[in-house]
Amino acid sequence: MTWETVIGLETHVELATKTKIFCACTTAFGGGPNTHCCPVCTGMPGALPVLNKKVLEFAVKAGLALGCSITRYSKFDRKNYFYPDLPKAYQISQLSLPIARDGKVDIRAAAGPRTVHIHELHMEEDAGKLVHDPWLDQTRADYNRCGVPLIEIVTEPDFRSADEVVAYLGKLKETLQYLGVSDCKMQEGSLRCDVNLSVRPMGSTELGTRTEMKNLNSFKAITRAIGYEAKRQIELIEAGRRVIQETRRWDENKDATYAMRSKENAQDYRYFPEPDLPPIELPEEYLAGLRAAQPELAEAKRTRYQTDYGLPEYDCQMIASDSALARFFETLVELGTPPKQGANWIMGEVLGALAARSMEPKDMKLTPPTLARLIALVSGGSLNRNTAVKVFEAVFDADGDVDAYVKEHGLEQVNDGKVVRDACARALAANPRSVEDYRSGKEKAFGFLVGQVMRELKGRANPKTVNTALRELLEQ
Amino acid sequence: MELRELTALELGAAIKKGEVSMAEAAQAALDRISAQAGVLNSFITVTGQQALDRAARLQAGARDAQSPLYGVPMAIKDNICTRGVKTSCASKILGDFEPLYDAAVVERLAGAGAVSLGKLNMDEFAMGSTSETSFYGPVKNPWDLERVPGGSSGGAAAAVAAGMGWYAIGSDTGGSIRQPASYCGVTGIKPTYGTVSRYGLIAYASSLDQIGPLCRDAADCAAVLDVLMGHDRRDATSLPGRYSDWSGSGPRMDYGRLLEGLTGDIRGMKIGLPEDCFGDGLDGAVRTAVLAVSDVLEGRGAEIVPLPFPVLEYAVPTYYIIAAAEASSNLSRFDGVKYGWRADGYEGLADLYRKTRTQGFGPEVKRRILLGTFVLSSGYYDAYYKKALQAKAVIKSAFDRVFRQCDMLLTPVAPTTAPRLGESLDDPLQMYLGDIYTVSVNLAGLPALSMPCGFDRRGLPIGAQLIGPHFGEGALLNTAHAFQLDTDYHRRTPKGGDPA
Repeated sequence: MTWETVIGLETHVELATKTKIFCACTTAFGGGPNTHCCPVCTGMPGALPVLNKKVLEFAVKAGLALGCSITRYSKFDRKNYFYPDLPKAYQISQLSLPIARDGKVDIRAAAGPRTVHIHELHMEEDAGKLVHDPWLDQTRADYNRCGVPLIEIVTEPDFRSADEVVAYLGKLKETLQYLGVSDCKMQEGSLRCDVNLSVRPMGSTELGTRTEMKNLNSFKAITRAIGYEAKRQIELIEAGRRVIQETRRWDENKDATYAMRSKENAQDYRYFPEPDLPPIELPEEYLAGLRAAQPELAEAKRTRYQTDYGLPEYDCQMIASDSALARFFETLVELGTPPKQGANWIMGEVLGALAARSMEPKDMKLTPPTLARLIALVSGGSLNRNTAVKVFEAVFDADGDVDAYVKEHGLEQVNDGKVVRDACARALAANPRSVEDYRSGKEKAFGFLVGQVMRELKGRANPKTVNTALRELLEQ
Repeated sequence: MELRELTALELGAAIKKGEVSMAEAAQAALDRISAQAGVLNSFITVTGQQALDRAARLQAGARDAQSPLYGVPMAIKDNICTRGVKTSCASKILGDFEPLYDAAVVERLAGAGAVSLGKLNMDEFAMGSTSETSFYGPVKNPWDLERVPGGSSGGAAAAVAAGMGWYAIGSDTGGSIRQPASYCGVTGIKPTYGTVSRYGLIAYASSLDQIGPLCRDAADCAAVLDVLMGHDRRDATSLPGRYSDWSGSGPRMDYGRLLEGLTGDIRGMKIGLPEDCFGDGLDGAVRTAVLAVSDVLEGRGAEIVPLPFPVLEYAVPTYYIIAAAEASSNLSRFDGVKYGWRADGYEGLADLYRKTRTQGFGPEVKRRILLGTFVLSSGYYDAYYKKALQAKAVIKSAFDRVFRQCDMLLTPVAPTTAPRLGESLDDPLQMYLGDIYTVSVNLAGLPALSMPCGFDRRGLPIGAQLIGPHFGEGALLNTAHAFQLDTDYHRRTPKGGDPA
């Protein structure tokens, strides 16, 4: 029998607000234990939550970008459970009236285009972190993360393969980064994913019993966990046993999932409306304002780069996939750089330099005016392409002054015909063997001679002028 | 001058004129507190030295003080956070808890020149109607030491009645200011939900809790409420608008807003008399005394309007479901992990939770946590909690309806005068039923006031309740003031606990 894997995702995304969801503490990553805390986020008696308006704005922006309908009257609920990382013993979340619902995301998977439906998007607070000290055999609580704002995005069970899941998460990441609502750094935990997975005979329309996998913190882990879990479930069913509805933990080191708790002993969270926070009523003008302020997203940019600038599809894909890179490119074009040249420099030198430094485009120091100037010097004939690449490397890290660098190192292109011809003559005189070789038909010798001339002129000569002058002298 | 006989405003005026020093006033109250310490048990913590130091420090500003309560000694219920001063909620589990910050009302009172004498005894976590559930032992009623002072703000009511401070700050979730005020013969008001910041009030039931004053008379209540009310951006349920003159960034208060409204002129005021509140189960003396209030008010030109109020029977069950549900969640944070008391000899996390909470909470608190946990649990939520929310909406709209026919309601505060100590502990259900006239006010978020209106044949005080529409504090206080101009129940003082 062939089996179909059915997957739904719950993704927790940390919002990039400066302060926490219900107090004014910083959301900065790191910091000494319990230094980013106050009476509110540590749940001290008498302290009360107040919603950070920026969190609401970011959640609505994300909801709009994911094609959701925004809940005009939404509210918070308490999810009650005891655990030392949860100082109030309840998490403020949204159950009955989440801020956004019924969205959809178009993805390109290996099998072709697909649409993933979003069930809901809701706001909630993060919990703290427990650190076990094996030496003292003690567990310590760090509440710095308590109250860090999250949105949880829940999809319908629309995925059929790990590849589709990864394509969706890539699209999600791209969209949220574009909106500026999250930096989506999986390694810092700002994008975390729970995978709900079941299997069923191909062609069946009923859903099988699902398991939920937690602790998946990279695309690689997600792909491997899906592969493992689907296989495990199929083997169980084929062996005549049944899948138990349970939560399973992915162990990266062992490459396997392990049961954490089954549905039979699932917790009763006793959700009820949060009485400390009044319901959120969103006026139409508020939504209209946010709708109008939504930025152009990656997909629209790709289409525009292709039709307006005639860039190759791959270049469009690459440049538009990162909002900082796209902004860089668009500024270059605004500064008068021909789009194709700008794209070539980005695809080649810029991405190369970033990769060599393991750097994100948003952290790049180089500014568009600097690169625009460099490109202009090349097209104007003042710099040759190879020298320009060297200048690029020199100015990249600190956004140096291109003109000053060129002047200081005497790198202006030598276009003076006499200077070049004299250098060529000296090269021929100094390398009679090569002249001989060239004349006996060895074209390779010509390249060598060009190299000698370039070296003498410190690489600054216009290669075209060198070629013409050398040929003339050799043919004489 | 016998300081004890003065109201807070009278004492404030005397301090301003220089007739009484702040230190004298504080010392007089402290003397009464220490003389009665073992008798009434109304304080959990007395901050005597701090009060005297503060009085000395503030004395220089007395002459130019804006606040009419400047320098007047007072005390605070022990569920309101005071920085560096133990705030126990009368519970073992918070027995060593010293808050890191002052509640919003404490900040505002400090700005108004209040001198705090300490923290007042109460029912544990404000759960109870008798102040007997305190870990620190029961409070006694100064009118009869064999009887309870009411609850949960029983320490506050007893202290004001017995002259241990000129006013007190309490909290009211289902009657916790009004009912003890009634049992102890003082005037207390629970303001409209959202007009006084709850920031720093240790929550019992967040959607019902509201802070308010217990005082000698309505004028004092108006003056204290003028200090307490105001918008606070640290409390999301704090209402902007009408009382939005203060943002919490500094004490800019509008003294006298309610106080100036006390003209005693209530001509044409329509006062509703809900028939359902005077039926079975109401003690005869209480009925007579409360109905007599309507005669006094009529004599001042008010119009009495008898009307039905058919939702009364739903009030108690609705209240106990919603309050217990919220309490079960609010009190979960007391787990022995972060602060407060922790049990010894636990093995592992679950055992730490179990032992700490089993030994740290008293029986009434545990009863309500269990009840609240039950009504929120899956399978029972719809039958109890959801139904209670629906009943709450029905009660709200019933109030909306009656306030189209009248300006306020006159009702009893409690069906009887103060019961004997111990009676209620044996029969919690009977105690819950005693809250019948007060709890619906909290469910609807309305303001309501309790004022002394007579004594039964044993000499125990009887209270009358005035309930107003949202933001109706001014009319309630003015009506009570009018009543107090014509009566002297509020000026009588108990002998109980007085030094022999």
